Amino acid sequence: MDGETCKCSQRFADVDDLGPLQEILERYRGEKGALIPLLQDAQEAYGYLDEKIMRALAKGAGYQLSQLYGVATFYTQFRLQPIGEHLIRVCHGTACHVAGAELISEEIYNILGIRDGETTPDRKFTVETVMCVGACSLSPIMIVDEDTHGKLKPANVRKVLKRYMGESEEREE
Amino acid sequence: MSGNGRTKLVLGYGTCGIAAGAAAVKEALEREVSAGGYDLELDIAGCMGFCFREPIVEVFYPDGRSVVYGDLTPKKVPQLLQAAAAGEVLEEWVVRRSDDPTAGEGDFLANQHRIVLRNCGRLNPESIDEYIARGGYEAARKALTTMTPEEIIDEVSKSGLRGRGGAGFPTGTKWGFARRAKGDQKYLVCNADEGDPGAFMDRSVLEGDPHAVIEGMIIAGYAIGATQGYIYCRAEYPLALKRLDIAIAACRERGFLGEGIFGTDWNFDIKIKKGAGAFVCGEETALIASIEGKRGMPRPRPPFPANEGLWGKPTNINNVETLAAVPWIIAHGGEKYAELGTEKSKGTKVFCLAGKVRRSGLAEVPMGYTLRQVIFDVGGGVREGKEFKAVQLGGPSGGCLPASLLDTPVDYEAITATGAIMGSGGMIVADSSTCMVDLARYFLSFTQAESCGKCVPCRLGTKRMLEILTRICEGEGEPEDLERLEVLAADIKAASLCALGGTAPNPVLTTLKYFRNEYEDHIFHHKCTAGVCPALITVKINRDLCTGCGACAKICPVEAITGEKKEPHSIDPDTCIRCKLCLSRCPEEAIYAE
Ligand SMILES: Cc1cc2nc3c(=O)[nH]c(=O)nc-3n(C[C@H](O)[C@H](O)[C@H](O)COP(=O)(O)O)c2cc1C
Ligand code: SF4
Ligand code: SF4
Ligand code: FES
Ligand code: FES
Repeated sequence: MDGETCKCSQRFADVDDLGPLQEILERYRGEKGALIPLLQDAQEAYGYLDEKIMRALAKGAGYQLSQLYGVATFYTQFRLQPIGEHLIRVCHGTACHVAGAELISEEIYNILGIRDGETTPDRKFTVETVMCVGACSLSPIMIVDEDTHGKLKPANVRKVLKRYMGESEEREE
Repeated sequence: MSGNGRTKLVLGYGTCGIAAGAAAVKEALEREVSAGGYDLELDIAGCMGFCFREPIVEVFYPDGRSVVYGDLTPKKVPQLLQAAAAGEVLEEWVVRRSDDPTAGEGDFLANQHRIVLRNCGRLNPESIDEYIARGGYEAARKALTTMTPEEIIDEVSKSGLRGRGGAGFPTGTKWGFARRAKGDQKYLVCNADEGDPGAFMDRSVLEGDPHAVIEGMIIAGYAIGATQGYIYCRAEYPLALKRLDIAIAACRERGFLGEGIFGTDWNFDIKIKKGAGAFVCGEETALIASIEGKRGMPRPRPPFPANEGLWGKPTNINNVETLAAVPWIIAHGGEKYAELGTEKSKGTKVFCLAGKVRRSGLAEVPMGYTLRQVIFDVGGGVREGKEFKAVQLGGPSGGCLPASLLDTPVDYEAITATGAIMGSGGMIVADSSTCMVDLARYFLSFTQAESCGKCVPCRLGTKRMLEILTRICEGEGEPEDLERLEVLAADIKAASLCALGGTAPNPVLTTLKYFRNEYEDHIFHHKCTAGVCPALITVKINRDLCTGCGACAKICPVEAITGEKKEPHSIDPDTCIRCKLCLSRCPEEAIYAE
């Protein structure tokens, strides 16, 4: 892991830069029912669906803003707030629940001082709950960015999170 | 798999395997093979289903034998390569040997009958050639070049195949409706939403054998007269989406998708639609709304999708597993498929064993096998030799069955008769550490959050049920609560539009039926015997086991644990918030909840 530099600015486009959005609009121009893929691609490019982006999307694709908002709030995938540098997703699917997923979340909340759906004030971590990522035999599971950590115990959570913390936050126990 | 006289190593490279560390093993394999100058071939495959021993590698020797090794790490790779190159077997790592089904965990596979999973773990899912080498696309070719659509539908009807998405509707009959529906354009949709939180068989098939699903779709599209197919796949499955993309592109190149496929004048193509995270979108009318770019809310049927589906056109929707079985049925004949199973449930069903089962993974068994056979003969029973308490079937729409029902056969009608449902195939095993009231509460919190909100009984009824269950878990349950739950359950079942609401009470009803004593313990004795519900437990330290290492005190968020170094510690019950975090921290396992 190369966690030294903050990559958030590289990871996502700036919401003031509508360039990527124009490309996305072009991608689906003339396609029936492309509202969800439009939102998905926009979120992928910008990290979340900023109001500015939503307005530009509505205008560019010929939808009512309320239509976009209605869809964006119906599906759990869409975020209306920016996320932190690292996204922690804790699985609360059935297998993970039975294996103690709640304790894993609890320990994360204790360590980071935030709860489900929140981002730390330093914008380093966002923690979310997901419903099964399909690797149930490794339950309980948490996914940090792209890395899956399975067969977790609450006692190991801190060690895993440390890998993603900048040096300054690495507190010795 | 190895035909050129070289020994071949195949790494399980599905989500499961990667989550368990297969990526690092892959790197080590590639590095060590070139560093050591080994004359060994490397390849990847999807999930064989030995999830409990991932990461796994199967070694195929030139003489046809193969050995599966499990629990691999980069460190073990050099030894593995040496042995493979020398033609030796590392006995202590063996998960399965082709020449000795009793070795390792061989009976896990020996007790299965694989049709849908026929290629999973047996080929590189990113290679269309490997699929073709195993007979792939022969069924589609046969169907399109030698059979009429009616003959195909007839063959599928003869097989007795029923929809594997949960409801078990006869597939041939459904195709017949769509075939006879009038419309200038028809659609075929593959439902790959797999929303049941604890089921992963569709993911495994998509990742391990995407061409089987595509071939099934080509046959189904031709049978019903649909020229456009859609795969609606949940976004949580990035690897499945990637492999589908690769497979579809390869098919277009070969002329299996596109215009005039297999040299006929038939056109068929497939588009992928990514889900956006809504369980209700697995329901067919909601799924259609979602493809159309709307909020995924179910609508009343009729009109059924067969007559008025996507964009108002006749549409046939089938589950991944249903479609993956189709090429086999066309290749071997419907009668062959129908030889397996019970009177009304034919063929095989894939289950995902998870929870407290020893061998969690993919289990495909003939219909009619008993739950006991699946959980004990295939699954190896409960972990750590603990006692079996319950099995949860069918996820949020299903139910929890006790040990006394373990001899129930896997059969749509027989399982429905217990109050559970066959469902998609999730099978979560519970032992004494699982609280059945908490499990029911868990499912209700899921359905309550996932209710689309259209129907009042579903939207508010599940909320009321959840409130009651929550207060029971918090020790505030009232004696009348059990009856309240039953009344609410009956109303929700009767008055919800779609099966999300219609089946949401099942987890509560089955636990009330088979584990009522646990509800009563919570309400009348303020006891959670499984030691799960925080309000009803006490967390204690066994002074005989405690070494006074102090590890527990470090994790406690409220500083409830005190003690001198190297002296037995103790927990102040008034400060303790019973979060149970300290339990996993203690190296001596001296802390317990009761
Ligand atoms: C709330 C709800 C969720 C569902 N989720 C799925 C799913 O994830 N996958 C699936 O194949 N079917 C799901 N179904 C069933 C589908 O509506 C439909 O019956 C099925 O896809 C038909 O395919 P089959 O006949 O091959 O089973 C769901 C139904 C409901 C009511
Ligand atoms: S039963 Fe529930 S999920 Fe289904 S349509 Fe009604 S409110 Fe929506
Ligand atoms: S259960 Fe939680 S609050 Fe109680 S002693 Fe253990 S860590 Fe502390
Ligand atoms: S329940 Fe967590 S991965 Fe399936
Ligand atoms: S090995 Fe992939 S499903 Fe488990």
